[in-house]
Amino acid sequence: MQMKETKQNPGVAIMDAEAIRRALWRIAHEIIEQNADLKSVVLAGIPLRGVEIARRIAEFIREVAKIDIETGTIDVAMHRDDVGTRAELPIVHASKLPLPLENRTVIIVDDVLFTGRTVRAAMDAISSFGRPARIQLAALIDRGHRELPIRADYVGKNLPTATKEQIQVRLQNVDQEPDAVWLFKQ
Amino acid sequence: MSTNWNRKDLLGLGELSVDEINFILETADAFKQVGTREIKKVPALRGKTLVNFFVEPSTRTRTSFELAAFRLSADVINISATTSSLTKGETLKDTARNLEALHADILVLRHSSAGAPQFLAQRLKSSVINAGDGAHEHPTQGLLDIYTIREKRGKVDNLHIVIVGDILFSRVARSNIFGLTKLGAQVTLVGPSTLVPREFENLGVTVSHKIDDVLPTADVVNLLRIQHERQRKEYFPGIGEYTTLFGLTKERAKLLKPDCLVMHPGPINRGVEIDSEVADGLQSVILDQVTNGLAVRMAVLYLCGGIAT
Repeated sequence: MQMKETKQNPGVAIMDAEAIRRALWRIAHEIIEQNADLKSVVLAGIPLRGVEIARRIAEFIREVAKIDIETGTIDVAMHRDDVGTRAELPIVHASKLPLPLENRTVIIVDDVLFTGRTVRAAMDAISSFGRPARIQLAALIDRGHRELPIRADYVGKNLPTATKEQIQVRLQNVDQEPDAVWLFKQ
Repeated sequence: MSTNWNRKDLLGLGELSVDEINFILETADAFKQVGTREIKKVPALRGKTLVNFFVEPSTRTRTSFELAAFRLSADVINISATTSSLTKGETLKDTARNLEALHADILVLRHSSAGAPQFLAQRLKSSVINAGDGAHEHPTQGLLDIYTIREKRGKVDNLHIVIVGDILFSRVARSNIFGLTKLGAQVTLVGPSTLVPREFENLGVTVSHKIDDVLPTADVVNLLRIQHERQRKEYFPGIGEYTTLFGLTKERAKLLKPDCLVMHPGPINRGVEIDSEVADGLQSVILDQVTNGLAVRMAVLYLCGGIAT
């Protein structure tokens, strides 16, 4: 098994580039299968890696279904419920969604689904742009430990973890590191 | 994703690093986008209380801070000099401590004395935002001017920025000078020698007393308001003479490069420092400054008010 050393402790490679590619390829097929009207779909990535994952899924959908589906960016930092309680402020990014959202299906795309709080903030942000017909959720990794009643519609890999463990997704275009998913034990 | 921002207060641009200034401008980009949404309100500062404490009169800065706070879901209280207990002899510090006892999280202060915001920032746990202190600084105005230049011209460095008017008594000028020189712009100050003394060259800017000489190379002309209410006779030539020598008249505007921006912090005195034709002309970005001021103030409130204290 591939290993990665950090200052604190060694990490275990859970997925490599090929595994990530296959997972996103499958998600693309599931999105095509479950959305009869693909043209109404918007893939809204959460910065930074969700945006890159959304771009890759859109590319696969273009390859398979020959349809250019729209992508966007949905910033959650200014919609979080823990401002003022964190030692460090999350960086805010501009959101960018194709408007109007009415009668469209917005699929929120993120790298790791954990407590669900980011997704809640994303839904809150989307609703400030309008009222889509439906909102769905895609995540490369679902690591459990939800704190809110939220579930993903499309999951690349279910990864049971302990709360103290850390999951790191690394994507070439974002991190200038080879594509990989790492698990760090505490 | 987190930031290296760790200031609870914004007192002036003089104390900020280039990275900190750029970070505020980038954060403002994100907040500007909120203004284009159907619902122009985000919950970022929900539950926080902001006190607009304006010991000097102001409409646009106060309103801009108020709207910025509303858009961030903070609660706002406005206190002006005449409605505060300062008129009953209470000291600034006691008034501020009372506001803190009411759990005010952010104090936006305008004061006629330079250093008043710093005085309070050192003594209060609340965030203190300087909304103009005497002739010292008006950091959010400086930031919104820089933001507007960067938005319209795509950069700030190596641009020639001309600031015209009463530089000596202008806090807007000082914040602009600090911010613009840090970001690599060339700044020229223009005005009567009584109001633009040579000493300003120590700040890394050029001083000129002949506006016609500098207008042809300007990328931005920022006209300061002639502050009738504060103008001391011995420094100021008289309105008519000022307009003749330094006003951006219709004729003088012909000296400008076609892509030169015309800016003004407002409120404008039409026919004094600027002709109506120029203020309402194609080169004017005066109303963009107002719109951008909202985004910049949202960014400042979010950054200073959002960190855990």
